[in-house]
Amino acid sequence: MFAFFIRRAGQAALVMVVISLVCFAVQHKIGDPIRDLAGESVSEAERQLLREKLGLSDPLPKQYIRFVTNAARGDLGISYMFGKPALDVILQKFPATAELVFCAVIWVLVLSLPMGIYAAIRPKSVLTRIIMGVSIVGVSIPVFLIAIILIWIFSVYLGWLPSFGRGDTIVLPGGWTTGLATWDGIRHMVLPSISLASLTLPLFVRLIRSEMMEVLQSEFVKFAYAKGLPLWRIYLVHAFKNTLLPVITVGGVRIGTMLAFTILTETVFQWQGMGFIFLQAVERADTSLLVAYLVVVGLIFVGVNTVVDLVYGLVNPMVRVTGRK
Amino acid sequence: MLAKWTAFKNSWFLYRFLRDPVAVSCTVVLFVMVAAAFLAPVIAPHDVYDASNTDILDARTAPMWLEDGSSNFILGTDQQGRDLLSAMLYGMRTSIIIGLGATILQCVIGVVLGLTAGYAGGKTDAFLMRMADVQLSFSTLMVAIIISVLVDVLLGRHALALREQMAVPILVLVIGLAEWPQVARTVRASVLGEKKKEYVEAARVIGLPPLRIMFKHIMPNTLSPVLVIATVQVAGAIMSEAALSFLGLGMPVTRPSLGSLIKTGFEYIFSGAWWITAFPGITLVVLILVINLLGDWLRDFLNPKLYKKG
Repeated sequence: MFAFFIRRAGQAALVMVVISLVCFAVQHKIGDPIRDLAGESVSEAERQLLREKLGLSDPLPKQYIRFVTNAARGDLGISYMFGKPALDVILQKFPATAELVFCAVIWVLVLSLPMGIYAAIRPKSVLTRIIMGVSIVGVSIPVFLIAIILIWIFSVYLGWLPSFGRGDTIVLPGGWTTGLATWDGIRHMVLPSISLASLTLPLFVRLIRSEMMEVLQSEFVKFAYAKGLPLWRIYLVHAFKNTLLPVITVGGVRIGTMLAFTILTETVFQWQGMGFIFLQAVERADTSLLVAYLVVVGLIFVGVNTVVDLVYGLVNPMVRVTGRK
Repeated sequence: MLAKWTAFKNSWFLYRFLRDPVAVSCTVVLFVMVAAAFLAPVIAPHDVYDASNTDILDARTAPMWLEDGSSNFILGTDQQGRDLLSAMLYGMRTSIIIGLGATILQCVIGVVLGLTAGYAGGKTDAFLMRMADVQLSFSTLMVAIIISVLVDVLLGRHALALREQMAVPILVLVIGLAEWPQVARTVRASVLGEKKKEYVEAARVIGLPPLRIMFKHIMPNTLSPVLVIATVQVAGAIMSEAALSFLGLGMPVTRPSLGSLIKTGFEYIFSGAWWITAFPGITLVVLILVINLLGDWLRDFLNPKLYKKG
C-alpha cells in the first residue's frame, strides 16, 4: 500500500509540473509585464533597465524556478482587473463554485440512485423506458442549452426563479461567503445547480443501472432469493451495496469534470464563481488571474483524482498491482 | 463493383439495419440535415456572409407565423438582421465540418499513439497512457478550453483578424487535441489482444520492420471499435464546438455556427426574442441525438454480446 501511495503521489507531482509549465508558458508569452507597467513615455533604455531589474532577461530555467518558488509561496502575481493578488481573487470566488458543485452533486445523488435502482429492478416497465429514453436525450443536450431552457421556462415565462447572480450571501467566519444560508440565496441556486447536474445525471443513472443489473445476475443474489429474504433487503443491502464501489470511483472523477462545466454554467447564470472570473480573465488577457485559476483548478483535479485512486486502492487490493482501469 | 453491391445488399448489416426503425429514421434525419447543411449556398434563402444583403432594420424579426413576422424570413432574423434559417444552414455546415475534422484528427492521433503504445509497450506505453489518463481526468472540455487559451496566447492579442479567419482550423485542432485519448485507449486495448496472435508472430519472424507490422498488419484489425467511438465522437466534437463558441472561444459572431448563434440569441432571450436561441438549439440537439443513437446502434451491432443487455 505504501509503495502504491508513493507511486500515485509521484504521478500527481508530475502532473503539477506539467501544469506549472503550461502556466509559465502562458505568463511568459502573453504577459509582457513591462508593457503593463510602463507607460507610453518610458524610453527603450529604461524599459531594458526595468526588464533587468525584474529578472526578465535571465535564462528561462532560472525564471521558471523563480516562478515555481513564488507559486509555492502563494504568490501568483497581481491581477490587474482587480488590483489584488490573483490567488486571493480566485480563492475569494472559490466558495461560490464549490457550493454550486456541491448542490449539483446532491441533485445527482438524490435523483440518480432511486432512478438507477428502479431501472435495474424493473428493466421492462414503462417508467424504466421513459427514464432511459430521457437519459439518452439528456446526454445529447449541451449543458448551456439546458441552462437556457431552464431560464426561459422558470425565469422569463413563469417568473418563478431568478436567472442570474447568487442573491443574498452571508460571510461566514473564516471568509467563506455562502449563498445557502438565506432563502434568496437558495432560490438563486436552484437553476444553476440543476443545469450543472444535468450533465452527470444521465450518466449516473445508466452507470448505476448497468452495475446493478450485473450484480443482480450474480450467484449470491440468487442465493439470497432462495433463502427467501425480503425483496427490499436483497435489492438494497445485498445488490446495491456491491454496486457502490464503481459508482464511487466514477463519481469521484466526475466531480472533477463538473468543475470544467462550471465555466459554462457560471457564464450563463452570471454566477460570480471561479469559472466566470476565468472567462473574464481570458477576454481581458489578465495573465496572473489565468495562471492562478489554472493552478487552483489543477490542484483540485489532481487532489480529487489521487484521493479517488487511493480510496480505490484501499478497497480493491488488485488495483495496487495492476493500476486503475 | 456489382458483386460488392450484391454482397452489401445481402449482408447481415443491412438486414439488421433495415429492421430497426430507430436506426433507419436517424439515418434519414442525419442525411437530410447533412445534405441541407452542405447545400446551404444553394437552398438558403439569403446569403449570410454577404453584409450588403442584411439590413439592421430587419433585426429580431419574429418567425413568419407570428404577428410581427415577415414572409421574407421564415424563422425570423437574428440581432444583425440576418435570416435565421439561412444562418442556421450555414452554421450547421460549419458545425458539421468542425465535428468531422476534429474527429478525423483525433482518430489519426489516437490510432498512431494507441498503436505505438500497444506495440512498443514498456516506458512508451506507460508515458502515453498516463498522458491520456491525465487528459481524461481533466475532462475534454477543460482541456479544449485550456488549449484554445494557449492558442490565443501564441497568436497574441493583436492577431484578432487572423484568429477569426482561422477559426475553423483552430477549433478542429483544439477539439482534436483534446479528445484523442479515448481513441488511443481503445486502439491500444485491441493492439494488446492482436499482438499475441500468430499472424503478428509470423510477420515478425519473416523480418518485417515494426512500422509495417503495426500499420499494415495490426491496424486494420483494430479499426472496428474505432468506428463506433468515432461516430459518438463526432457528436461530442459538435457539442464541444458549440460549448467553446458559446463561451466566446470558438467561432466569431460574424461567422455563424450553431454555438455562436445560440450565444448571440441568449443575449436577447430576456427581451422576448426566443427564436434566435430556440431554433439553433433544437437543431443542435437533434443533430447530436441522431448521431448518438446511430453510434449506439452501431455499437450494439458490432458487439452482439452487449445486444439487448444494456
